[in-house]
Amino acid sequence: MPRFHQSQCPLPATSWLLASTLPFLLIFTGAAIAQSESNPIVFKTDIRPLLETYCFKCHGAGKREGGLRLDHRTSALDGGDSGVILQAGKSSESALMNRLRSADDDLKMPPPGDDNKPLSNAQIALIATWIDQGAAWPLDPADAKLSSDHWAFQSLRDTDVPVVQNAPAVRNEIDSFVLARLEQAEIAPSPRADRFTLIKRLYYDLLGLTPSIEEVDAFVHDNSPQAYDRLIDRLLKSPHFGERWGRHWLDKARYADSDGYEGDRPRPNAWRYRDWVIKAINTDLPFDAFTRQQLAGDLLPEATHDQRLATAFHRQTLTNREGGTDQEQFRNEALFDRVATTGAVWLGLTIGCAQCHSHKYDPISQREYYQFFAFYNNGDETNTAVPTSDKAMTQYQTQMSAWNARTEQLNAELANALNIIEPHAAAWEADLRKRSEASPPEFHTLDFSELTAESSAAFQRLDDGSYLVTGNRPEKDKYSLTVKLDIAQVTGIRIETIPDSSLPGGGAGHADNGNFVLSDLRVYYGGLENPDIEHDRVTIARGRADFSQENYAVVQAFDSDTSSTGWAVAPQMSEPHEAIFTFDTPLERTDDAWCRIVLAQDYGALHTLGRLRISAVTGIDPRDELSPAAWEAFEIARNQRSEAQHNALLTAFAHTQPETRETLKAIAVHQKEEPQVPMMDVRVISQRTTNPRTTHILSRGDFLQPLEAVEPASFQVLHSLKPRSTGRPDRLDLANWLVDSSNPLTPRVAVNHVWSYLFGQGLVTTMNDFGLRGDAPTHPELLDWLANQYRGPLGWSRKALIKRIVSSGTYQQASWHRPELADTDPDNSLLYRQNRFRVEAEIIRDLCLSASGLLARKIGGPSVFPPMPPDVAALSYANNFKWNTSEGSDQYRRGLYTFFKRTAPHPNLTAFDCPDSNTSCVERRYSNTPLQALTTLNNQVFVEAGQALAQRALTDSAKSDEGRIASVFRRCVARPPDSDELAAFTDLLQESRKWYGEHPEEATLLAGKVPKGQPTPETAAWVTVCRIILNMDEFIVRE
Amino acid sequence: MRYSDIQTTRREFFNTTASGMGLAGLGSMLSDDGLLSVQNAQAAETQDPLAARDPHFNPKAKACIFIFMAGAPSHVDLFDPKPKLNELHGKPLPDSLLKNVRFAFLKKETATLMGSNRTFRPHGQSGTEFSDLLPNVGALADDLCVIRSLHSSQFNHHPGQLLMQCGAPRFGLPTLGSWLTYGLGSETRNLPGYVVLTAGRGSSGGATLWQSGFLPSLYAGVLFRNQGEPVLNLKNPAGLPPELQRRGLDVLQNVNRSRFQEIRDPEISSRIASYELAFRMQSAAPELTDLSGETRQTLNMYGIDRPEPEVGDSIGASAAGGTYKSFASNCLLARRMVERGVRFVNIVHASWDHHENLDRQISYNAKMVDQPIAALIQDLKQRGLLDQTMVVWGAEFGRTPLGQNDRADITGRDHHPYAFSMFLSGGGIRGGQAYGESDEVGWGIVKNPVHANDLHATMLHCFGLDHLRLTHRFQGRDFRLTDVGGKVIKELLA
Repeated sequence: MPRFHQSQCPLPATSWLLASTLPFLLIFTGAAIAQSESNPIVFKTDIRPLLETYCFKCHGAGKREGGLRLDHRTSALDGGDSGVILQAGKSSESALMNRLRSADDDLKMPPPGDDNKPLSNAQIALIATWIDQGAAWPLDPADAKLSSDHWAFQSLRDTDVPVVQNAPAVRNEIDSFVLARLEQAEIAPSPRADRFTLIKRLYYDLLGLTPSIEEVDAFVHDNSPQAYDRLIDRLLKSPHFGERWGRHWLDKARYADSDGYEGDRPRPNAWRYRDWVIKAINTDLPFDAFTRQQLAGDLLPEATHDQRLATAFHRQTLTNREGGTDQEQFRNEALFDRVATTGAVWLGLTIGCAQCHSHKYDPISQREYYQFFAFYNNGDETNTAVPTSDKAMTQYQTQMSAWNARTEQLNAELANALNIIEPHAAAWEADLRKRSEASPPEFHTLDFSELTAESSAAFQRLDDGSYLVTGNRPEKDKYSLTVKLDIAQVTGIRIETIPDSSLPGGGAGHADNGNFVLSDLRVYYGGLENPDIEHDRVTIARGRADFSQENYAVVQAFDSDTSSTGWAVAPQMSEPHEAIFTFDTPLERTDDAWCRIVLAQDYGALHTLGRLRISAVTGIDPRDELSPAAWEAFEIARNQRSEAQHNALLTAFAHTQPETRETLKAIAVHQKEEPQVPMMDVRVISQRTTNPRTTHILSRGDFLQPLEAVEPASFQVLHSLKPRSTGRPDRLDLANWLVDSSNPLTPRVAVNHVWSYLFGQGLVTTMNDFGLRGDAPTHPELLDWLANQYRGPLGWSRKALIKRIVSSGTYQQASWHRPELADTDPDNSLLYRQNRFRVEAEIIRDLCLSASGLLARKIGGPSVFPPMPPDVAALSYANNFKWNTSEGSDQYRRGLYTFFKRTAPHPNLTAFDCPDSNTSCVERRYSNTPLQALTTLNNQVFVEAGQALAQRALTDSAKSDEGRIASVFRRCVARPPDSDELAAFTDLLQESRKWYGEHPEEATLLAGKVPKGQPTPETAAWVTVCRIILNMDEFIVRE
Repeated sequence: MRYSDIQTTRREFFNTTASGMGLAGLGSMLSDDGLLSVQNAQAAETQDPLAARDPHFNPKAKACIFIFMAGAPSHVDLFDPKPKLNELHGKPLPDSLLKNVRFAFLKKETATLMGSNRTFRPHGQSGTEFSDLLPNVGALADDLCVIRSLHSSQFNHHPGQLLMQCGAPRFGLPTLGSWLTYGLGSETRNLPGYVVLTAGRGSSGGATLWQSGFLPSLYAGVLFRNQGEPVLNLKNPAGLPPELQRRGLDVLQNVNRSRFQEIRDPEISSRIASYELAFRMQSAAPELTDLSGETRQTLNMYGIDRPEPEVGDSIGASAAGGTYKSFASNCLLARRMVERGVRFVNIVHASWDHHENLDRQISYNAKMVDQPIAALIQDLKQRGLLDQTMVVWGAEFGRTPLGQNDRADITGRDHHPYAFSMFLSGGGIRGGQAYGESDEVGWGIVKNPVHANDLHATMLHCFGLDHLRLTHRFQGRDFRLTDVGGKVIKELLA
């Protein structure tokens, strides 16, 4: 029973009013000082026997209470959970002495009672003197290295393929290893499974989809000896293979589409890494490169987009955005996760256990943990832009070259036209100068007769003709201002924004900082009755402002894009500003003409106008007819203009000329059609280049309690690290170390993973623990042989390894249980048969969709939102997340594309043991619950699959009930039904048919969408049958 | 993990129990239904990981209702009266206490103590003091054991909630309810053994608060919903009558059974059993959630139809309103579940994160829970169920005696893990006492500190489980609910 340690209670148990407590830390005796230095204490003879007698029982190799070992020099000097226990030369500051001398029974060591003999005062004094003399603890040869004779840490053995008696049963070497063990145990292997089972097994294992009836028939009737091999090759080439095996990897990567923790915000671009995984597996990226890219893609020479993207593997860690969190704490949490995940996925070790204290079972010290941690400590969380997909990039390049060609063509056309009009430019310019001098611009402040706001805002007219907008500040607003316009030849309007002390920040807007965003300006001119119709809309040709905020140019207030962007003025909120909008053609004066000006302010966050004045503009300001560049040229004498200035003015002229206008318009349209580069930001890891962090051992894993500094290094118990350069080793060195030809763990662990997906359990059944507490391999020679093959001849090819395994006779055995062996080998650890196991959550969905023909086979892309009850998403914190159900074919994508929100995952996934993705999962669990039965019986997607299957049955070429039932049955489980099964389903069909014949309304509800002319009750009857077939055990079990 | 591993683990578990296994469950149940031959039933029997089982030693408690007040209510305004705090209102804390202490929002350099506006008075023979916000709960003082000396290592919600539900502030661990159903199985054949009820808005932890972690999802909490069908996918597809569901299931079970006879994989029998349980749940769950059989008196006692105060900006309320009714219904449902053999009911109510407007927020929420919780305890008692049902009220931490000063007006309290309160009742817990003491301002602990591990160890003890022996091996380590700590607090036991 652990005693109450002080460190367990976060604050000293104290009366806070007691200004000074006398902590036990300060109590010490001076007895030891009496020992003279000329009488040095010898560790081996004086101290070690004391430790052995009084301490080893709880702090030895076995128990390691409090994470402390005193029988081993390195471990003892590293200290325990509470940190270092010895301060050489300073006994009074050494935690060990404090505990030996404590008056508090809860702290005193050895603990009083429990048959523990206390140390005498003289013995305590002896230890104190030893510490004061420098705590000399000589190296023991056994201490030099944390070594181990545990099987997993030994090099791969070059194992000979055994010779077996039953040679005909050997399809490849794997079988020799398995048969050798079986023959020893005098157990015969199971016969080869029938062809129906074999094709179903391969489809489930390699693609996670059902084979079609045609595919089954083709294989079953293929008498060639290569039939099975050809099937394997075909499936390994399918793009669905990458989805199936990619999902296995995503389990390990703890992939999700949200941050985790309280806020659990969506990560809308997370899917891009999923696409990387699918592609890497489909292109069979060798496992060593696969490893290097994901752990250190950013450090590869001239890293490509794909290689940088691969580092998103370690960006799947959680992000805590809860208010008031210490970001450094959660940066460390993410690093702990990266270390633990690397250990679990590549090494099959629980190295996370050494975070707070040296590992209790495996030879990994806490110091080594932080040396390993140091590799990751300088990998920063950053974003980088990558192509949204290879396909999109190729498309873009094609489109771009077409677009460039068109640009050249248009430019040539324009150049020709300009040549034609150029001689007339001077006359046009002189005319513009003359007109503007004859009628200079004038501004007529408008006094509106009607002012309304979409909010409850009120308009107060001030003496200067401006309006102050008062009332509750709405998030967004739209002002509608109407005036009878009795002015001739209005060429545009001017909006002045006027700062006001009554407004936030003394600006002209209502935002907290005084800003506003005018997102859309519309002017209508015509009869009053209904001035809002498009007919009366006045085209605004040009706008200019005395000042515009970066990225908030005035043009955005009247362009065709009606989104929330617009004209804003930060950081000059406290200055007055004006914007002048010029109409396409001046407004003709009529007798009863009304003008309505509508100012939309859709940006949100209170960015609405607070004080403004609007004037009608008459007369001509050349600036309003010219682009800024042309205006600049206009002000300069003709002969002093640069070529650019000349061209700017010529272009302005060209806008007024019919010969060139169309071309310019075409160019403007064309420019808007420039293809967008299909790039997107993704989360990656990038090596920190400035201020690299120093890594410290953290006492008890607490980032607030750093101990001594450490440098990146690998584990002593394994092969040595070979850095690429003499500097500090980095993540790429670590990745190289993991796939180094001397690493005994990585190939064994990787092979074991692949094996487990094909047999339902690994050769090492403790998938995540190859350490001392894990199980020994059932077939150690086979494991090493496969590991050697994978790393050597197979060149780390995942597909080649899978092919080797599924080609074996061992894999092809029937999976029927053999009750006579239930006592000898209940777990089938000798592999005398294949295993039967339920498929994963995503695959259950995929099987249903593929059998029923509903599956949308698109590979990759953003996550989708299949139907889900709204209250499930609402369960996450503050209901901050809307599940916008996908439409169309996106409702029927494979399960791995379902958006995964960590605090509220889709219930169809969790019901079938889908991992929570908060930590790496190298092995799924398989439970068998009533909620699963309810899901496949009643959930929408499964009912829809039943309906779709019913449609397929009713349009099947077979006309009899039996024939059609057999078709449905075969679509689901590949084999034809036997006569009992056929009879049972036929009975069900007939009863249902009768019932729905009498209950047409219910039939309509169950049948789903029924094609014209097809009787609904008949459809409904088929649905009842099809959904039961979809619920057969055999359907969701890999047999 | 393969199913057989789970079985192996189960065997390990039973090998460590003194009394061996009590297998009431599945096999006989299937025989009842005439679904399996005796021989097959035996095969299936060994497979049922939810069969009710005997614990390590004689239990007091059989069921637990954990009322989880996510967000963390203020202990100094509900359970832990601090006259000194009021006296020192506006004064700073000594530096020595603030050293090495971190907060979520509070600026400790300028923080000052904030007195409580509540009045406390002693209740019952035991004289335990409760705040005026809990008149009904207070009236039951003699049945309640208030702990005033809890402490936690976590000051952010989600990690703190994980610590309280799973024993450590980490992901991937089973929750308390998972451990109990893993250790004891389920007493009900028609309902899940571990049920979750929520009211109002979602909690920080979401579904991680009822996860089964490294245990199979069989031991995860099953969420009962407040709208629509009580359990997801409970209803037959539209247009499918119960008789055809039954008929279809009969065909399915026959097909699966003949497959079993051929292949002899016991997993098939488990699947057959799961479908039967699912079918029974289809009628049992709606029956459970149908309150029409309860008397008006009972409904009134729980306050199901109490008028709900203006929602306003109350953080506990759902935007749609009706949270008072949901919470009261959840308390009544919890009793009905316990009556029907549910092992663990987790009522999650996330509304106690009162960084500002403490007085208004805590009044709204305390009023919401006081009457229904008191009714639940009384109701259990009068039905003779309290002795074997443990009711626990608590949260992930408490709130600072300091006012939260990072905003204009100091009207709320920040997260405070160094001392906080909970209460327990029934199920082998000795009522009528207050255990442990915080210091004079409710800051640190001066007597009998209690960690979540200690609380869990004590709770398991009442269920007849030794927290050191209820283990599950995962990644080479024998995990337990109490992580690396925990001691049974004898003083809490009846």
